Amino acid sequence: MSEVLILGEIKEGSLDLKTLELLGAGKKLAGEMGGVFSLLLMGDSVSGPADEALPHGPTKVYKMEHPLLGGFKPDLWVASLEQACKKINPKVLLMSHSFVGMEVGPRLSSRLNTRLTTDCIDLSIDPEDGLLLRTKPVSGGNAISVFKFQGEPQLATVRGKVFAPVQGDGSAGTIEEIAPEIDESMIKVLSLEIVKEESVALDKANVVVAGGAGLGEEDGFELLEELAEALGETFDNVMIGCSRVAVDKGWISSDHQVGLTGTMISPDIYVAVGISGAIQHLVGMVHAKKIIAINTDKSCNMFKVADYGIVEDYEDIIPALIEKLEELS
Amino acid sequence: MTDIKIIVCAKQIPDPEAPLSDVSVDAVKMEVIVDAPQVISPFDENALEAAIRLKEDLGGKITVLSLGKKVSDTVLRKALAAGADELILLQDDQFEKLDSYSTATALADAVRKIGDYDLVLAGRQAGDWDSGQVGLILGELLDLPCISLARDISVEDGSVVVQKSIPEGYERVKAQMPALVTVSNEVGELRYISRTKMLKMMRGSRSIPSWNAKEIGVNSDALQKMGIAELSSPPDMGRDCQFIEGSPDDQAEKLAEIFMALR
Repeated sequence: MSEVLILGEIKEGSLDLKTLELLGAGKKLAGEMGGVFSLLLMGDSVSGPADEALPHGPTKVYKMEHPLLGGFKPDLWVASLEQACKKINPKVLLMSHSFVGMEVGPRLSSRLNTRLTTDCIDLSIDPEDGLLLRTKPVSGGNAISVFKFQGEPQLATVRGKVFAPVQGDGSAGTIEEIAPEIDESMIKVLSLEIVKEESVALDKANVVVAGGAGLGEEDGFELLEELAEALGETFDNVMIGCSRVAVDKGWISSDHQVGLTGTMISPDIYVAVGISGAIQHLVGMVHAKKIIAINTDKSCNMFKVADYGIVEDYEDIIPALIEKLEELS
Repeated sequence: MTDIKIIVCAKQIPDPEAPLSDVSVDAVKMEVIVDAPQVISPFDENALEAAIRLKEDLGGKITVLSLGKKVSDTVLRKALAAGADELILLQDDQFEKLDSYSTATALADAVRKIGDYDLVLAGRQAGDWDSGQVGLILGELLDLPCISLARDISVEDGSVVVQKSIPEGYERVKAQMPALVTVSNEVGELRYISRTKMLKMMRGSRSIPSWNAKEIGVNSDALQKMGIAELSSPPDMGRDCQFIEGSPDDQAEKLAEIFMALR
């Protein structure tokens, strides 16, 4: 029977929300092809999340456990996943377009000589030939492309928040164990240390004040910080965002980056200061409820997606704006 | 270690900073039409910058590869002006609209033909199709250690040491060379190139080698096109922008009132 396999991810001992979304996608595809969907979990111990997954309706939950699979060692995950695919022979394999999927996906596609489509926002089965139709924004979001390839497994990584999490029907699937054949000698890239850094949770912001190349210098962000502080008197969760260029210039750390390769956000208010609006940036913030743009170039992209615009040097506007906000709040 | 040999893969794409009005979709031909100058894909420029810094530290040689149906040497000469030593264009009609796996296959053959190298660098993804696959598949095909999303690259005791971006911060990883590393923008932008240097490289008589599929030794049967079944325009993102006029003080006051109304 045709099987849609989901590569699950575990977060703080539980199934990651993205995995529940993938199960939702898997269930839909299984319905379209008249097959079943199943879940694969890898790690040093995955019994808890495997039990948690069963009521969500997968026919099978495959457990691949090994002390070396604790933590994410890409070399071993790719090898184990390759072994699992050869054993299970899924027709479709889906993973999340996460840090894990972005690395494992291409490498697995190479080992299995099958084609991968990354960062999909829709998936369906072509009724004529049973192949997976993979919808993906391209050109930074300027076009939407549907890809189709021969070969199995049909492979895709899936963007978060586009499929609804699976609704469990309580049906009882079974747990099956697969023993990975891995050892330390397969690790080509050694982990020396993991350095945790404080990072902003931009996706939780109500208001984002963001700066780009138009700030002209690193100090521009100090002014934006002051504006964020003034807005903080009136709004909750005001945070600082930025464009890719601001990170490239070394003005600000990449956890502030908004866009396709940064964080995708939809705050109540987005204030774009000196950001011309490369398309890959716009994709990340265009769903903000209100967009305010300050830029010296009236013809720039940002004004095309903004609700309110000021064509002026930000250094002439923001200090006065801070003053007015302080009077009014 | 001294004298590091680095291969950088750089893709030529239409400028991803192009205004929205210059981008359209031809749904029949299934092509995205961008009326913008060609540039080196931004993440590949980051990779080139990382390579130049390593060469400054250790000495050595940087070879830039660019693959396509037709690659413009005027666009890629920028890499030479920035500090690369050699540029090789991989051009062939068969290289039109290849899928990621096939692109990596052809690049792998070109890298094998070059033969002597310590590092292969590529941007984490290209600024046109945003697929993020070619670098890692290339590493797999060459059977190299693969490291993704580098924000810093150094060489210690003959091994490559990379700060790799991870969701909670970064991971320091180490691998024997030769190795494949995909580079993220945290590395920093490609250095400034003076006008004189740029003009000298553009007008220079230096000939740029070009290899076709046969010269690279690619098996044509292994090359597949991108499997596009359908191409369409995205839903309109545009809004009707209300411009706030007046002196900067007036504008600031009106904007403050707008904020207050959004409470």
